[in-house]
Amino acid sequence: MSSAEETIHRPVWDSDEMAARRRKRYAADRRLQRYGVAAITFAIGFLFLLVATLLYTGASAFVQTKARVTIDLSSAEVSADDLMGAPWRNIVRSSLLALEPTEIPRSDRRAYFQMFTSSAPFLVRDHVIANPDLIGKSFEFKIPFSDPLDQFAKGQISRDTPEDRRRVSNQQIGWFDKLQASGVVSKPFNWGLILNPDSRFPELAGLAGAISGSFWALLVCFLISFPVGVAAAIYLEEFAPKNRLTDIIEININNLAAVPSVVFGLLGLAVFLGWFGLPRSAPLVGGMVLSLMTLPTMIIVTRAALRSVPSSIREAALGIGASRHEAILHHMLPLSMPTILTGTIIGLAQALGETAPLLLIGMNAFITSPPEGVFSASTALPTQIYIWADSPERGFVSRTSAAILVLLGFLVLMNGLAVFLRNRFERRW
Amino acid sequence: MIAYLFLFLIIAATIAYFIASRRAVAIAGNDARGLHSRPIYHGLNALVYTAIPAFIFILLWLLFEGSVIDMLLMSAYPGADAMTGAERDLLLSEIRQVAVGNIFREPTPEITAAVERFHSLNATANLLLGAAVVIIALAGAGLAVTSVSKRFLARHSFERSVTIFMIFASTVAILTTLGIVASLLYEAYLFFERVPVTDFLFGIRWEPQIPLREDQIAGQGAFGAIPVFVGTILISFLAMAVAVPVGILSAIYLTEYASPRFRAVVKPMLEVLAGIPTVVYGFFAVLTVAPALRQAGISIGLDVAPNSAIAAGGVMGIMLIPFISSLSDDAFAAVPQAIRDGSLAVGATKGETIRKVLLPAALPGIVGGVLLALSRAIGETMIVVMAAGLIAKMTVNPLDSVTTVTVQIVTLLIGDSEFDNPKTLAAFALGLMLFIITLFLNLIALRIVRKYRESY
Repeated sequence: MSSAEETIHRPVWDSDEMAARRRKRYAADRRLQRYGVAAITFAIGFLFLLVATLLYTGASAFVQTKARVTIDLSSAEVSADDLMGAPWRNIVRSSLLALEPTEIPRSDRRAYFQMFTSSAPFLVRDHVIANPDLIGKSFEFKIPFSDPLDQFAKGQISRDTPEDRRRVSNQQIGWFDKLQASGVVSKPFNWGLILNPDSRFPELAGLAGAISGSFWALLVCFLISFPVGVAAAIYLEEFAPKNRLTDIIEININNLAAVPSVVFGLLGLAVFLGWFGLPRSAPLVGGMVLSLMTLPTMIIVTRAALRSVPSSIREAALGIGASRHEAILHHMLPLSMPTILTGTIIGLAQALGETAPLLLIGMNAFITSPPEGVFSASTALPTQIYIWADSPERGFVSRTSAAILVLLGFLVLMNGLAVFLRNRFERRW
Repeated sequence: MIAYLFLFLIIAATIAYFIASRRAVAIAGNDARGLHSRPIYHGLNALVYTAIPAFIFILLWLLFEGSVIDMLLMSAYPGADAMTGAERDLLLSEIRQVAVGNIFREPTPEITAAVERFHSLNATANLLLGAAVVIIALAGAGLAVTSVSKRFLARHSFERSVTIFMIFASTVAILTTLGIVASLLYEAYLFFERVPVTDFLFGIRWEPQIPLREDQIAGQGAFGAIPVFVGTILISFLAMAVAVPVGILSAIYLTEYASPRFRAVVKPMLEVLAGIPTVVYGFFAVLTVAPALRQAGISIGLDVAPNSAIAAGGVMGIMLIPFISSLSDDAFAAVPQAIRDGSLAVGATKGETIRKVLLPAALPGIVGGVLLALSRAIGETMIVVMAAGLIAKMTVNPLDSVTTVTVQIVTLLIGDSEFDNPKTLAAFALGLMLFIITLFLNLIALRIVRKYRESY
């Protein structure tokens, strides 16, 4: 017996060999932990890098370099009857020349005028049309610099770059320095970024068209997907018999939630534009496509909300003689509404960021006026970002980042509202 | 016009509601219990009968109005029978442009006549629609109001309408799927009529140009989709190479090691990554990641393309991290605590428990999540549209520029609305492939996840 016992190898737990083994095992444990921390740091680090990049490149687009000029309308050239036909170009040019005390030779004037946005005459014209009492008076007006000078003023174009490699000439820098010394240059907050429609000139391009296009599309999306989604969810959760058809519907909804968004774009292009003949680039079609994409989310959210209402509510309603419809529409649905609304807002926030389907139905057109309704052609925020990201002008890089910041701002607002609703109104049973 | 009709419907329905419910009250007299349904249901029933049939009629009318008017216009236009489809479309759009006042050149007398005809047809159509809507609405209102009586089951009638709407709503999902399948199949069929299926599936040249003139040297395009598929697989693989390890490791740390407070802060931050629109990732890839990778490549003597597969794939991987992480999280959470405790009780360290017990137990759930993420990577559009290349190359070099299915779909279709050439139709053939592949992956993934959930 005793000899047999001796042949069994018993580990000696406090031997050096075992201690080394233990150390190795603990080291492996710590290593796994460190990998985990590294993975999380990697992911969060990229999030910060992303936000930092956008803030860094986008911040400068929130201000716009402008020159304060005095526009003199006291001469008789401008009459209230024919504001569109007045010689705005000459008026603006003479005001711009007045900024510079020394006479600019004719040969240099072209370069001088190129410092300012080429749409300046139209800006002044529209300002006077909006304020007719300015006719015959002299007033101050801020004219945006053109994109190269704007970039120069913001430090994006360096003085040290050789002249032939930057879009601002030394002569223009000289003029700009003089203007700056005389105090007419200012950098006010760029309201144009929010209030202007799109433009080929970065200094004038804004998001007004994109924001209202997104608004209309989301409105259509909400008007379709909310009633349809809630009704479908109520039916599937409360009324539907358990049979093959309802099984197919359920599998269908789950699959629809995972169909790539670009395929919904193809659907919109072929069916809504091709077969139904709806107008191209219209927020109506965009909203319809987005509503089909948000529908699965809506249904899933509503079903979960209905399921979370205790069945005692339903039974109490049925018990005092309510019909099934009444029990659900009068009692269960109102009680689950906060959860449903929270889900709706989150679904709409997802729809707001969707780009690919909108590209396919043509919401990436170049349109210089905000849409008047759901039928007029327009862009949306994400497609505007895509258009600007594709534009070669330097000024559009910072505008793209700024547009992304605006989009992210809307997303944060919507998600914040959803969180607020959930905390404020959601009932835990 | 349509707006006025809707306004009319709203007003008519409201009036019908009040008339019917007042009538119910009047019939009931002092004893409301004599009525089967409460007055409000009589009112609601009248509201539905007034507004809904007329509303459906308007929608159907709008659906067909355009094509019927086109047909009538064409049948009256001299020589329209001999025209091809494209010529007809061009002519119709010219007539419409002239009709709304956008005149680019002096219209021919035929067009002027057609425009006049268009205006008169439109006027007739509007008149017909308006009359029909008024008649339908009034008929519905009359029917509902006259049927108000003590014995009338107004509540049942109204609830039946609600149920019909709910059933219709639940079939919208099926109609959507049918619409997707039908449109993709139809347009892909038109494509395969011009380009053989085998050329598309097994061809190795993808040059989707079409000759604008008959004798153009660029000649026929080539529609062999293999290089596009290779590019898609390469970029998806790169994305998974980033997302899978990072996602699973962060899930392990968050579920097994992290303190509740750390988890409460970090998990929402990871989820923010999933909420950022993909167009933002695309811009980030173009603006920051691709140039950085190119610089890094140059500094160690590698030639990195400006729109390299690795930049697009890497950024896509970052987007997918929260997706994999939260699905792995669920899979770990589904493993019973007893299994974990058993392993710890026999002396395994936490790391050994995770690697030898937890991971195998959670593996099916994780695999399901990875497959779902893969289907997302294949279908992801904006990142690759902005950051990947346009030219299809047969290469698996991650530093080179490749193109993907989604990139080709978008570039083939942007700015084009004519579905009569292989170039635009090819996009639908690619879309069909994309739909089939992602559907297949999703079905497998959902099956794996569901089967696994049942096992504990």
